[in-house]
Amino acid sequence: MTEGKVVSWLKSPGDQVKKGEAVVVVESDKADMDVESFSSGYLGGIVIEEGGVAAVGSPIAFIAESEAEIEEAKSKAGGSASSNGAATPAEAPPAEKVEEKQPQPAEASASAAKPAPAALEKPPSPPPPPAQAPAPVPQQRTDGRIVATPYAKKLAKDLGVDLKSISGSGPAGRITASDVEASRGNGVASSKAAPPPPPPQTASAPASAPASAPAAPAPAAPAPVPTTVSELKGTTKPFNSMQSAVAKNMVESLKVPEFRVSYTIITDKLDALAKRLKPKGVTMTGLLAKAAGLALAQHPLLYAACTRDGNGITYASHVNVAVAVSMPDGGLITPVLKDADSTDIYQISRNWADLVKRARGKQLSPDEYSSGNFTISNMGMFGADKFDAILPPGTAGIIAVGASKPTVTADASGRIGVERQMTVNLTCDHRIVYGTDAAEFMKTLKSVIENPDQLTF
Amino acid sequence: MSGRQSLRQGQFLGQSLPCAVLEARSVKSRTRQIKLCAQAAKAGGKYDYDLLIIGCGVGGHGAALHAVESGLKVAVVEGHDIGGTCVNRGCVPSKALLAASGRVRDMKNTMHLKSMGIQVDNVRYDRQPIADHANNLAASIQGNLKRSLEAIGVDILIGQAKLTGPNTVKYSLPGRVDVGGTVTAGDIMIATGSVPFVPPGIPIDGKTVFTSDHALKLEWVPDWVAIIGSGYIGLEFSDVYTALGSEVTFIEAVDNLMPGFDKEIARLAQRVLINPRKIDWHTGVLASKVTPGVPGVKPVEIELTDFKTKEVVDKLEVDACLVATGRAPYTQGLNLASVGAEVDRRGFVPVNERMQVLDTKGKVVPHLYCIGDANGKYMLAHAASAQGISAVENICERPHVLNHASVPAACFTHPEVSFVGMTEEAAREAAEKAGYGDKVSISKTSFKANSKALAEGEGDGMAKMIYRRDTGEILGVHIFGLHAADLIHEASNAISMGSSIGDIKFNVHAHPTLSEVLDELFKQAHVEGIPDIALQSKVKPEKGVKREAVAA
Repeated sequence: MTEGKVVSWLKSPGDQVKKGEAVVVVESDKADMDVESFSSGYLGGIVIEEGGVAAVGSPIAFIAESEAEIEEAKSKAGGSASSNGAATPAEAPPAEKVEEKQPQPAEASASAAKPAPAALEKPPSPPPPPAQAPAPVPQQRTDGRIVATPYAKKLAKDLGVDLKSISGSGPAGRITASDVEASRGNGVASSKAAPPPPPPQTASAPASAPASAPAAPAPAAPAPVPTTVSELKGTTKPFNSMQSAVAKNMVESLKVPEFRVSYTIITDKLDALAKRLKPKGVTMTGLLAKAAGLALAQHPLLYAACTRDGNGITYASHVNVAVAVSMPDGGLITPVLKDADSTDIYQISRNWADLVKRARGKQLSPDEYSSGNFTISNMGMFGADKFDAILPPGTAGIIAVGASKPTVTADASGRIGVERQMTVNLTCDHRIVYGTDAAEFMKTLKSVIENPDQLTF
Repeated sequence: MSGRQSLRQGQFLGQSLPCAVLEARSVKSRTRQIKLCAQAAKAGGKYDYDLLIIGCGVGGHGAALHAVESGLKVAVVEGHDIGGTCVNRGCVPSKALLAASGRVRDMKNTMHLKSMGIQVDNVRYDRQPIADHANNLAASIQGNLKRSLEAIGVDILIGQAKLTGPNTVKYSLPGRVDVGGTVTAGDIMIATGSVPFVPPGIPIDGKTVFTSDHALKLEWVPDWVAIIGSGYIGLEFSDVYTALGSEVTFIEAVDNLMPGFDKEIARLAQRVLINPRKIDWHTGVLASKVTPGVPGVKPVEIELTDFKTKEVVDKLEVDACLVATGRAPYTQGLNLASVGAEVDRRGFVPVNERMQVLDTKGKVVPHLYCIGDANGKYMLAHAASAQGISAVENICERPHVLNHASVPAACFTHPEVSFVGMTEEAAREAAEKAGYGDKVSISKTSFKANSKALAEGEGDGMAKMIYRRDTGEILGVHIFGLHAADLIHEASNAISMGSSIGDIKFNVHAHPTLSEVLDELFKQAHVEGIPDIALQSKVKPEKGVKREAVAA
């Protein structure tokens, strides 16, 4: 058993717990089991709520030894929830108490952003401003009540849609499931204009600009919705939980000493390969992930991580490449392509298509977005030629891929030609990756990308 | 809840019958050879019949068959439809609807099918043929029932009956002069059954606000149905409606759904039958005001009042409202006063454990019995027929008491729920009172551990057994999973025959079958003084091995 799902809590925060007493019911791949407490005390904070999944060994709740410590345990739960996998655990109660209010835990994962339905509940707070603008005002009902069918309510909760913003097409203005689904089609916040959330810059899979049309549909590439900037002027909008998580992770990353190495990579052959394989469902994202995977396989340090106490290096056993994707409603997610070095390109592309589809539907499990140990951020499709990405906590490297442009070049003997070149900028954790390591990795990556036939295995 | 019970000799407390017993009976038995007893009707002319049964539902029918076997001259009086609720407005049509809708659900379960490599596109259904399936089945079984009685010489009288004296019954149909009459009988059995209970203030229009009686006709499939009551009837209908594409909202007065079920089973059942479906719920509320609507034009308005605070907390606007708040006895007009008895404040006829009616002073009214829903002891079809048979035994002076703890019950959702005996909560409470509270043990198993269930892709389910670890007595068994309604009988039989776990622990179950789920329960149980069997589902004890030979 590698993970379990919490079925139900038999105790509530604040309840007394005796050693050996059943506290929670957990579902494994075999059956539901009552789990007993190892110690006596008071149930302080619950980290994984009912329905939530946790990996074996990760905390699901905190038990305080004495009543006095219940608050501390509660805050630990709140903190641990929002920094699941992040470098630092939560500390002192007062400051963290605010976090306790963070609705469902297990949200803010290391790689920032998670589509977990629970995170995006909050009926009061509306979806990101830009998206709100064009949404139609609910019409039919005159009494102001919101009537929605059971499935419509479930969908709205899962998709993070505010029922108030939907007009119901059912009898007497009833909101139906199809109304909820239709509403997600509008208000796509691709107007990520202003400060896009840091590290994994928007970027979506295919089209790193070079090649022709993007092979797979880009989650964040839909036609930009006109922003009613006037609606934003002078307003202050508090963060939703995803934005809070991202901000928190960015601040966390300041604790890590980063440095960057930039490389120019010639992409003529890669573009040609992408074009050839496009009919087989292979996308540029898949190719880049595979290339990164192959290069990483030769440089284990680049997909390792510094230990939490900053005193060692943990080498990972799998090459899991995460690719940053921005979500239509303003979220940020990093679906993971596992074992990118040893999976064939076709399988990678299939996996990617599935991950993207489910990411859009906010159906990814934590394991699918937080198990990455190296990240790719691609802004080439937006024309950015050079940028640097911020390192997600818990990883050692992230590459920022720019657009590929035809460039006039001169060779050693003075002959002039034109090549398609893109700039790839690697950001690393200098506690474990030193200059030479980074440069050597980039050299390998360049050689893999410039000799892309090895990607087709 | 349906079921016909077959009678074994064992039920008769060791006393042999004066005449041969039918091997097995089914509702459709019209061609069975019946060996009637040579003994003539005891009445011998004093009364028209030895036994007159008021009401020809499942209870009355079962009693009639057994009475004829016991050599009595029998008549039944029926004022509505032969077969009563079960055949016409209950078990039979509901199972037909569940069967059809269950298949729709299975075929639309693309994920489940895909996991087995199957793809089914375009699953559609027509409402009318599904409704016809239910109606036709009811009509067919009603016909079988009638013929089965006629074939053995039972007189079927048409009319609503009332007592006019200790051995006299008058019957008639309102507005009809061609039917009716007065008959006398040595013994009279009331088996008038029940009707859906509608809380005061809820107007039934039969179209948008209705009971199970109307719902079973499936005249339309509303988009959104509010179901008041989350017991087995409400649950079964939610299963049918959601399978056919509707959305459902439960309105439940107490704080949790499925209040009658064992709590652990209810939790799992909720996770499988409710949470993943298009169902939501309001608990701890009453539907204080229901205003019928017009299909397609005006929604049904339901006002919800908090059960405790009596404040209005919400107002629903749905397409239809099914009232599934239980059943009330159908006992008006029986004129029990003519024999000094009366119904209790809820309308049930008071009886003792032999099904004899008790008068207002608590004394037995001679020669008057009441069975089935009308007495309220255990409102299930097969309980009614068991009670009917027990009553006939008592009439024939072979004292018999039905052990209700051995009567199983089932709910035919997908997957099914079934149980026999007490819930864990009730068992612990009873044990505390009786002083063996610390001897109560539980054995549990998941369907995920059963090869057949996994092969079917139906690993969702569990079974649990509550037992006494000092005596091995089985106090209750609860099953939630595929074919739970069929699997429970091993447990109910054991309880009925007074078997302890030690007696049945060595029984062999075919592999791979779902029955091994129960095998696990028995084998996992730790009864003091009996060696445990190694708990491997692949390892079966050798057949016929005596207990002593097995090492501890």
